[in-house]
Amino acid sequence: MTSETVETVVVEDDAGERPWQRALRRLVKRRAALIGLGVVIFFIILAVAAPLVSPYDPLATNWALVRKPPSAAHLFGTDELGRDVLARIIWGSRASLLAGLVSVSLALAVGVPIGLVSGYVGGILDGTVMRLIDAMLAIPFLILAIALAAFLGPSLSNAMIAIGISQMPIFARLTRGQVLSVKHEDYIEAARALGNPHRRIMMRHIFPNIVPPIMVQATLATAAAIIAEASLSFLGLGQQPPDPSWGSMLNTAKNFVSQAPWMSEWPGLAIFALVLSLNLFGDGLRDALDPRRG
Amino acid sequence: MIAFLLRRLALLVPTLFFVSVLIFGLQQLLPGDPATALAGEERDPTVIAFLRQKYHLDQPLPVRYGLWIKGVLQGDFGESIRIRRPVLDLVEEKLPVTGELALLAFVIAVAIGVPAGILAAVKNNTAVDYGATMAALWGLSIPNFWLGILLILLFSVQLGWLPASGFVPPAESLKQNLLTLIMPAFVLGNAIAAIMMRHTRSAMLQVLGADYVRTARAKGLTERRVVLRHALRNALVPVVTLGALEFGALLSGAVLTEQVFTIPGFGKLIVDAVFNRDYAVVQGVVLCTALAYILLNLLADVAYVLINPRLRA
Amino acid sequence: MTRRKVIAGLCLLFALVAGPALAETTLRIGLAEDPDLLDPTLARTYVGRIVFASMCDKLVDISPELDFVPQLATEWHWTDDNKGLVMKLRQGVKFQDGEPFDAAAVKFNIERHLSLPGSNRKAEISAVTGVEIIDDQTVKLVLSTPFAPLLAALSDRAGMMVAPNAAQAGAEFSAHPVCAGPYKFVQRVAQDRIILERFADYWNKDAIHFDRIEFLPIPDSTVRLANLQSGGLDLIERLAATDVAAVEGDKKLKQAQITSLAYQGITINLANGPKAQNPLGQDPRVRQALELSIDRGALNKVVFNGLFEPGNQWEPPGNPYHIKDIPIAGRDVAKAKQLLADAKAPHPTVTIMVPTNPETLQAAQVIQAMAGEAGFDIKIEATEFASSLDLAVKGDYQAYLVGWSGRTDPDGNIYNFAACKAPPALNVTHYCNQQVDQELNAARTAASQSDRVAHYAKVAEHLLNDRPIIYLWHPKWLYAMTAKLNGFTPYPDGLIRPQGLNMQ
Repeated sequence: MTSETVETVVVEDDAGERPWQRALRRLVKRRAALIGLGVVIFFIILAVAAPLVSPYDPLATNWALVRKPPSAAHLFGTDELGRDVLARIIWGSRASLLAGLVSVSLALAVGVPIGLVSGYVGGILDGTVMRLIDAMLAIPFLILAIALAAFLGPSLSNAMIAIGISQMPIFARLTRGQVLSVKHEDYIEAARALGNPHRRIMMRHIFPNIVPPIMVQATLATAAAIIAEASLSFLGLGQQPPDPSWGSMLNTAKNFVSQAPWMSEWPGLAIFALVLSLNLFGDGLRDALDPRRG
Repeated sequence: MIAFLLRRLALLVPTLFFVSVLIFGLQQLLPGDPATALAGEERDPTVIAFLRQKYHLDQPLPVRYGLWIKGVLQGDFGESIRIRRPVLDLVEEKLPVTGELALLAFVIAVAIGVPAGILAAVKNNTAVDYGATMAALWGLSIPNFWLGILLILLFSVQLGWLPASGFVPPAESLKQNLLTLIMPAFVLGNAIAAIMMRHTRSAMLQVLGADYVRTARAKGLTERRVVLRHALRNALVPVVTLGALEFGALLSGAVLTEQVFTIPGFGKLIVDAVFNRDYAVVQGVVLCTALAYILLNLLADVAYVLINPRLRA
Repeated sequence: MTRRKVIAGLCLLFALVAGPALAETTLRIGLAEDPDLLDPTLARTYVGRIVFASMCDKLVDISPELDFVPQLATEWHWTDDNKGLVMKLRQGVKFQDGEPFDAAAVKFNIERHLSLPGSNRKAEISAVTGVEIIDDQTVKLVLSTPFAPLLAALSDRAGMMVAPNAAQAGAEFSAHPVCAGPYKFVQRVAQDRIILERFADYWNKDAIHFDRIEFLPIPDSTVRLANLQSGGLDLIERLAATDVAAVEGDKKLKQAQITSLAYQGITINLANGPKAQNPLGQDPRVRQALELSIDRGALNKVVFNGLFEPGNQWEPPGNPYHIKDIPIAGRDVAKAKQLLADAKAPHPTVTIMVPTNPETLQAAQVIQAMAGEAGFDIKIEATEFASSLDLAVKGDYQAYLVGWSGRTDPDGNIYNFAACKAPPALNVTHYCNQQVDQELNAARTAASQSDRVAHYAKVAEHLLNDRPIIYLWHPKWLYAMTAKLNGFTPYPDGLIRPQGLNMQ
């Protein structure tokens, strides 16, 4: 997770085209982003359809088939307890996707309102909140996540909470930045002059304008969250056995890289594919939404 | 400028205060009694009681916080219960190690990311753009502990070119020092390369579309000259200041990289301390890194304002 | 001017030629963890003992067969109804800073172990009330009550001797320890390395062939092995069981193994708070069913490639205190189901707390699958080790998959886990059986090994029926080293003894 933020100022185009229409048009032109989106959707479908698609029960052990190489019966081979790797990849997609989506949703749900209110209200509230946010940002992301995950206990849900909380400050700061740059625009001043209540102004006028950069950041943050889950698994926090997640599969498999490479190849490739796709899509989205280019 | 600096320095205090409360709370509220965890296998009740008393573990939380902060303000960050060494000594010992790793990683990140970003911007929306983007992004898309293990197996075990893990201080042998750091710096730098690429590309695209560049083109200067002389110089400015801001990301990545490659730096120190409940170490190190991060941010902002006179007003 | 250049040139030539011949020989050992305090009185980790084995000699040592052999003491005998231990000390021994090793030094050290605040050795030799100096080379340890495990304690850290002046110097002793062993402390970088150098005046210097030893803690077993395979290390401890085949297939490496004194098992909460109130904690038939549902051999095969030693007691087979007439129960799912039916708990839910260690977690999953076939619904609660200890002490657990690194004397493996008055931090099950207590205490004071075995046999009878702990396996110490390393002998305590090691 980095401190980078996206700076955009969204204004209506001369041609009268609404921003999102123009963005969609530009997005379609970037093939890499579309491929990325396609892969992400593929994994989501895989995760949802897991019970239908998976050849075996991902928890079914088989002592006779420990660490067997890929074969007709087990396309991706078996793991250290004789479980089918393909089944665990398919079911593990749920954990990895959840890790990404839930963490970021948590970060958004907490961070965006904080940034919105703080930026809009300003003053001492803003000052105090921003110091708190700065404090959280000053602690390296993974260290904060580790401390939180250790505090909550090793499990996938706790890892998601830890990652979500660690990502929250970035969204808060991003949102606040956007609010500040839009707060003094004419149409906002006009709305206030007309007597619109603050809440209405925040929700109807300010919020829609800050959605694009937040969307981009959310996509990139999802990618980072999935990697973070794998990282936490490496340290023993995160998804615990016997339930599969790509990160914990990779963690167990790292001790068998020479004897049973298939155990780590597949989860590694899966993480790589999903995270790369999210990154490509996020970058494409950013390009499409940036009014300065195009 | 002075007012700006003073204001920012004043803001340091509440921020650090929040950091201290945050990390103190996280450490002290970790499940598991530090005295029991650090009393070792034997778990002798006398020893546990002794540790509790020596490290004030039986006092209420606010008192312990007060004692800790009082010590910090006097330059005493406490000691590691596990090996009974002052936290500041450990910081002094480990800081150069992670510093060197981070520096090398940053160099690698720039070496990969900046050219990739330039290429991607100049050949925007072509195959080269996608290729360069992928080349930079793949580092961000692989869990670095796995990449580390793969590299160790390839370069140390199979090829025998590099030491598998560990660290040799530069004072002892510069050659060995660099050999032990190549792989970890590459793993760490890979991830940051993507961020470098994104920012370079972004800045380059912005600049390439700017008026004075169009003027240069109109004057008939070759494309390469346009890129190298005008665009690059301006695009590199935010990239350089980015270095300071990426310090946090570098430290985050260093945590895992140091675990895999057994590099005795900050990252490894903190992680081991969290699991050993050596709370003074975690608190002290986090406070130091937070301070460093805030100061680096301040430096970056100052540099940015200095270079960009328009922002000073 | 030219003459000086010639001399300088000759010196350089000489250095270049003689250099390799005079080069230091270094033994690089990979450890599985970073040791804690390098002070025998305060030390509390197993891995620290490996460093001590090269740095700090002790009064007695053990042989691979677990007999006591002389080290700093050459002879000893019991007197005063086994309440006095007279030891004759070796002559001509010096500490690494030149101080002489004599009776006064022994007295100083024993008293330090007993009285230094935070001493982890006090409980091990608490029966000792004082040390009498009989003459310069003879001491008598005075005990308050006969205590058979004393010699075993003196063969470990409680018998290690540190230099008295150095220990009293005022600075933190563990930062620069001074003992009487074959290697003296040079440098330590936390979590990176510990460097020891040959002590020229070591009493047994003929057995020492390396000039330097470097200990490098590398927690990840794959990375540790990779270092050995790439030539960065000469010897590693705690090779993963699943890596043994790779080492055997590598011509440049060889491996050694020995059954340890350690055990791993399921500790069950019998009386430690509300979490003991469930069929598993209250009904011995349910516990027996759990044991019967587990196939120890298959568990060993799946998780450890069949390399470890299945067990059902606190001593491994082959140990003099192993009770032979209680064989390991084989798997019997039908009987397990019957027992559960009798106990009116056909599908008990059991939450096993498991420290987040890869091999232990694998074993837990195997147990989960096996016991599931008998009707148990096992939930694995992976818990960080430090938290798990705390939870266990508080009684906030139902079952706990945990082990003990093992002590030379059987008392160290059972007393603190089964006695009524054992510290609650160790007897986390709160098991209390008066008859067992009697036998445990008797075994502590009995004089002969056969008497003690008889007492432990009685303890086993009760324990293996009450099952506060279901013992599952005994790890083997697995070492891998370069094929050129000679003279390596594995010991049941797992320590690496430098005497005899040499590189061909």
